[in-house]
Amino acid sequence: MNAHESFRPTAQLPKIDGVRGDHLLVAEMVAPGSKVLDVGCGEGDLLQLLEARGIDGRGIELSREGVNSCVAKGLAVVQGDADTDLDNYPDDSFDYVILSQTLQATRQPRKVLENLLRIGSRAIVSFPNFGHWRMRLQLLVGGHMPRTENLPATWYDTPNIHFCTIKDFVQLCDEINVKMERAVALDLYGRPLRINAPWWFWNMFGEQGVFLLTRRG
Amino acid sequence: MSDVASRQPAGKKTNISEERAREADHPSSQSVVFGADKPLHLDCGVDLSPFQIAYQSYGTLNADRSNAILLCHALTGDQHVFNTHPVTGKPGWWQTMVGPGKPIDTDRYFVICSNVVGGCMGSTGPSSTNPATGKPWGLDFPVITIPDMVRAQAMLIDHLGITKLFAVVGGSMGGMQVLQWATAYPERVFAALAIACGARHSAQNIAFHELGRQAVMADPDWRQGRYFEHGTHPRRGLGVARMAAHITYLSDAALHRKFGRRLQDRAEPTFSFDADFEVESYLRHQGSSFVERFDANSYLYLTRAMDYFDIAADHYGVLAAAFLGTRTRFCVVSFTSDWLFPSSEARAVVHALNASSARVSFAEITTDKGHDAFLLDEPEFFAISRAFLESAASTHGLTAAS
Repeated sequence: MNAHESFRPTAQLPKIDGVRGDHLLVAEMVAPGSKVLDVGCGEGDLLQLLEARGIDGRGIELSREGVNSCVAKGLAVVQGDADTDLDNYPDDSFDYVILSQTLQATRQPRKVLENLLRIGSRAIVSFPNFGHWRMRLQLLVGGHMPRTENLPATWYDTPNIHFCTIKDFVQLCDEINVKMERAVALDLYGRPLRINAPWWFWNMFGEQGVFLLTRRG
Repeated sequence: MSDVASRQPAGKKTNISEERAREADHPSSQSVVFGADKPLHLDCGVDLSPFQIAYQSYGTLNADRSNAILLCHALTGDQHVFNTHPVTGKPGWWQTMVGPGKPIDTDRYFVICSNVVGGCMGSTGPSSTNPATGKPWGLDFPVITIPDMVRAQAMLIDHLGITKLFAVVGGSMGGMQVLQWATAYPERVFAALAIACGARHSAQNIAFHELGRQAVMADPDWRQGRYFEHGTHPRRGLGVARMAAHITYLSDAALHRKFGRRLQDRAEPTFSFDADFEVESYLRHQGSSFVERFDANSYLYLTRAMDYFDIAADHYGVLAAAFLGTRTRFCVVSFTSDWLFPSSEARAVVHALNASSARVSFAEITTDKGHDAFLLDEPEFFAISRAFLESAASTHGLTAAS
């Protein structure tokens, strides 16, 4: 078995009524009737959720198992790699391009992010926040690379090679001239942190960050 | 090499050859003759007329005429998908995929498969009788292309009163026809399942075909293509062509798994050029059984048609332009060990479909069985084909089989 097929970037993420919290949030961000590309669509759960809402969804997935299970669900999914295959998509071919829990597993996150906003007029990106206080505590007190329920892999077998914090991501968006339309931090249970707090608070207490992005200017 | 020709008992050989020659003009299948009013406009500039298309159908066409699936056969295949082959007596070539309850469910779909023009099982080809001379066409038959084959199929579909096909499905040369259907008649194809194929024939593939053709033409029994009049058939040449081609349909791993270095019915090597190894014996058998059922000139014409195939070239070099605005749903399947149509060729098609905004699924199936995997028992491939067709069927408004 190929190395990248044996594990997913994240473990089973928390579900609310059988649907992943970050998926619910993403689906809510997508306008009805739009055309969506889900990059790293896994088993196609989010695409199914979107199609059920009348959205024209397409997917790219690296693992053959994931692709085959998507095609078996009748989804339009192709086998491909976010790092290399996004280059083949023309400009402005989608209303939204979604990168859900995959950014940290790409080899060139910056290039991927730029591609997302070239292909789609909007991008929705979610990722695990490595700045969460539990992560910081594990490194500070435990002296080892953090591991959590959602990110259980050890440092030597994790597919997540480019971890970042919410703060890091905000900085990258600034650098590449990307505007944040919405930013939401999710707690350990996949529920949005519904408090108006400064960035440092989200960076400390958000388990995941979900961002709706557009090109600036 | 003499083994290729001498393996079959002499009596049987003649009978089968005669039977095959008869199939060319008088197929056991259903057939339709298109007369002078309906010539086939060929890419080479010739109007072929009259011409005949032989086909098989399975299942029942529904009242809306909306459940028809056209199957496109590969280079050495024919229309006998799901019935006993009239020449070899063997089961149809795609019984794993087609039949009641199978992914291409004959309880649900009306399945059509026609012999390609240029073939030798009843559609007009080089072994058919040329009405102008009363003799087999031989090399007087015009060179045909994949688009020509598809044009002829479209005429058959018209003849059957079907405006829009629910799906077009095929592997290898059949997959080329699927892609050609989708570019030439996008409004007539609801779903397209293209398997183990590409949008063009690669230089390596052309090279292998040239090897095969040269083997046929180097056989003195080929007689410049007029072997019927001389009562010969270039068995050795065609046998060698088939042996070479057959290697390209398999993979190193599959050959190793199947044969290894095992010897054929002997304990020691004979220090001769006899078929010492099992793999040699197998290849010789592939060659000799093939010449019983296939016409050498058809082999030349059909390999040529594949060589000429290049969809992008017909669209100013931009493959995506061929699919622009298409509403057809596509599923492209490749196999990891296929080195004749490697996944990179399938990917090129998928990228073009993405670029033209088409709805496409693409799956690469892990197998060591090589190009021929699409004809073999590959559960994952069947599951994907079934799911793709089922999802398309429900969107197309076809009800499930009762």
